Amino acid sequence: MRLRINEMKGIYLFGGFMKRLTTLLSALVAMMSTNVFAEYGLNMTEGVTSISHDIYDLHMMVFWVCVVIAVVVFGAMFYSVFAHRKSKGAVAAQFHESTKAELVWTIVPVIILVGMAIPASKVLIDLEDTTKAEMSVKITGHQWKWQYDYPEEGISFISNLAQSHKDVVTGTDADREAVGNYLLEVDKHLVLPVDTSIRFLITSNDVIHNWWVPAFGVKQDANPGFINDAWAKVDEIGTYRGQCAELCGKDHGFMPIVVDVVSKADYAKWVSEQQAAAAAAVASATKTWSKDELMAQGESVYNTNCAGCHKKDGSGMPPVFPAMKGSPIANGAAADHMDIVLNGKGAMPLFKMLGDADLAAVITYERNAFGNTGSVVQPSDVKSAR
Amino acid sequence: MTTATASHDDHHHGPEKGLMRWVKTTNHKDIGSLYMWFAFTMLLIGGAFAMGIRAELLQPGLQLMEPQFFNQLTTMHGLIMVFGAIMPAFVGLGNWLIPMMVGAPDMALPRMNNWSFWILPFAGGILLSTFFMEGGAPAFGWTFYAPLSTTFAPDSTDFFIFAVHLLGFSSIMGAINIIATVLNMRAPEMKLMDMPLFVWTWLITSFLLIGAMPVLAGAVTMMLTDRNFGTAFFDATGGGDPVLFQHIFWFFGHPEVYIMILPAFGVVSHIIPTFARKPLFGYSSMVYATASIAFLSYIVWAHHMFLTGMPVAGELYFMYATMLIAVPTGVKVFNWISTMWRGSMTFETPMLWAVSFVFLFTIGGFSGLMLGIAPADIQYHDTYFVVAHFHYVLVTGALWSIIAAVFYWLPKWTGKMYNEKLGKVHFWWAMISVNVLFFPQHFLGLAGMPRRIPDYSLQFADFNLISSLGGFAFGASFILLTYIVIDCVRNGKPASARPWSSAKGLEWTLEPKAQYHSFNTPPSRALIEAESQNS
Repeated sequence: MRLRINEMKGIYLFGGFMKRLTTLLSALVAMMSTNVFAEYGLNMTEGVTSISHDIYDLHMMVFWVCVVIAVVVFGAMFYSVFAHRKSKGAVAAQFHESTKAELVWTIVPVIILVGMAIPASKVLIDLEDTTKAEMSVKITGHQWKWQYDYPEEGISFISNLAQSHKDVVTGTDADREAVGNYLLEVDKHLVLPVDTSIRFLITSNDVIHNWWVPAFGVKQDANPGFINDAWAKVDEIGTYRGQCAELCGKDHGFMPIVVDVVSKADYAKWVSEQQAAAAAAVASATKTWSKDELMAQGESVYNTNCAGCHKKDGSGMPPVFPAMKGSPIANGAAADHMDIVLNGKGAMPLFKMLGDADLAAVITYERNAFGNTGSVVQPSDVKSAR
Repeated sequence: MTTATASHDDHHHGPEKGLMRWVKTTNHKDIGSLYMWFAFTMLLIGGAFAMGIRAELLQPGLQLMEPQFFNQLTTMHGLIMVFGAIMPAFVGLGNWLIPMMVGAPDMALPRMNNWSFWILPFAGGILLSTFFMEGGAPAFGWTFYAPLSTTFAPDSTDFFIFAVHLLGFSSIMGAINIIATVLNMRAPEMKLMDMPLFVWTWLITSFLLIGAMPVLAGAVTMMLTDRNFGTAFFDATGGGDPVLFQHIFWFFGHPEVYIMILPAFGVVSHIIPTFARKPLFGYSSMVYATASIAFLSYIVWAHHMFLTGMPVAGELYFMYATMLIAVPTGVKVFNWISTMWRGSMTFETPMLWAVSFVFLFTIGGFSGLMLGIAPADIQYHDTYFVVAHFHYVLVTGALWSIIAAVFYWLPKWTGKMYNEKLGKVHFWWAMISVNVLFFPQHFLGLAGMPRRIPDYSLQFADFNLISSLGGFAFGASFILLTYIVIDCVRNGKPASARPWSSAKGLEWTLEPKAQYHSFNTPPSRALIEAESQNS
């Protein structure tokens, strides 16, 4: 039976492969006549900020300079390859140096380089100047999700790869097409106002990540223990997508960034909604929860944050990522369990950025799901364990 | 003639018989062959890892492996190719060729030569064995940035650190040996500016190795103490800085990329004049350009780090210094093309590889210039554009020159000719497939695909498919290469002492299959002048 499923999957994979190959071939034919730049993404995005426009212009300038040099240099080389052949009766000249030529091809490149360095320096100085920002967003990288804090508004949340996308990673091609923006969707979007200078304060909680939204021209390393900054002023309302751009471990490929840029009015509305939700969360953290409530909430927190390594069924991926099922920690003292979740250990990242209620729920879930027999943990326990 | 007397002496100093010949040998040709075969084995292993990577990236979704294993493959592919394949191959070429080219009987330090080779299989074995350890092989990329490689790394990382130390010992000993050989064993009548360019580029590379490898040893030692002895060089919670790691790594890493390309410049500077039947254009400017590139390679390292949060003044400096490298590199390309200009060219296999080296390496140079523009690097950094760039300079640059060198000097090494027709078939097969493999990766990078990801969004599917198909074809071309080399060794037709009629160099004055000890009596001034590239 098992073999049969694999066989069918094999046939399907091959079918999908052939389908893509045929569409690709027809697309290559179409390339002759139509503009495929937009469709196939051959070039860098122009983006929606002044920085991204400047970067695009620099990129195109350097690109065309390279093309011109390439035409001249390769033109000379291939002319020589075709014309100066022994088989065409070419007789070798014997010249082997020319100070004049050497000077020309040393000085001319220097002049071209200076011509490129001047605009590049201007753009660089501009994009490094974050002093004109009107608001700040703090971005923290975690293995493997992004945390967004609005320090002035008191809003904080975590943004994970959408569950529907995690589910189809090993699914079929059709599944992946159906979810839309495969691997570039998150459960909670970053929301920013249009036409506002925003300063991003970027850091990390564990390893080095990199926050990259191509349309903004913002890509900045998130270094643990240090804060980097970058800025953007987005011209157009819309949804923009990006990815982590620094290898950060197992799920580096699965921590996308989605930013909704909205009108200033919509942004104000979103801020007040988030503030109300934050107040409700504080209230829920002080009450005592029933075990069923904790288990229900815990399952969803577990699937978002823990199942990547410890697996949905708690089987883990030993030896690096131990099983939850029968785990000595999940079945042992609650204090040890809270300590490892809050503070991490080795390959286990820390999770103290989650709220007390979520942590109590997920710890209770781990201690009582998968046949485990640990105690119930309340938000107040987590608060005192911090 | 010199050759006749030298061959007569061979009777007293022939190689031992059997397996122990290879274990105990202190002969530069035996050790050169060991290096070459070791490098080729590693090339096939690293290539197999690349096939695994491209198979997973053939289509979107995860089909073949877990993301963690994918990261192990990308890491080990890089490490094995850089430290196991390209560097040992160039040391092998240096071993084989330098004593012959400077008119010496052997390397200056033959026992150390033996040791520096025999460290390698152990270092490579330790590195590969990490795949079978608990927690798997290192999975933090060949650049092993802290803290992913310290606090968050598998236990096997300590074995990786040990392997890197061993590889460093081997490289430093190899470099010392080459410097000692070139400076002390060179024929008394040969001035520095008589030396062939391959010798010049290797001499300069040796100084890069001696400068850079200890820095790498320092970096991995700091990792070791951070991991095991409670130091915090790279850990901010203990007062350290993860960016410090990158500064140290790239202070090694940038000279390292020139370690892998300068000898390639040397190889190409031999092959192009031979098949253009014309003296090398601008010998002395080639030497000065090589030295300038080597010097600049030490002061541009942070262009790998434009996004780490450097101050703007630092970014400006590293951008300007990086752009400067284009000048001496351009000089080299112009000199090669001027050598071809108004020559009388034929295109035997080594020449095909050399000309395509100039073409494809220059493409890698253009993308390198683009990457050097700091603001534009914001969009290029850590995307497939970078992957395309460094594969153009390392595969169609460094590896291309190694294959060119093998075809060019194989007759001298074996006394036999390879199959020219198969050589050409193999060249075109590799040439076409390597471009199908790497050229689309420029588009992927510009369109926004990050490197080192096992799965990708659907808009990247088509170019990944093309790239993977090219990759499989390119991988398969090495089966043919293996056959051609073995066929040459076993069944090749006897070659003459100078199989390329216009080739210059002392090595061609030796017997068709160079005798076991190259020059027992130093070549005369007249012979050196006749064979000099600096005419």
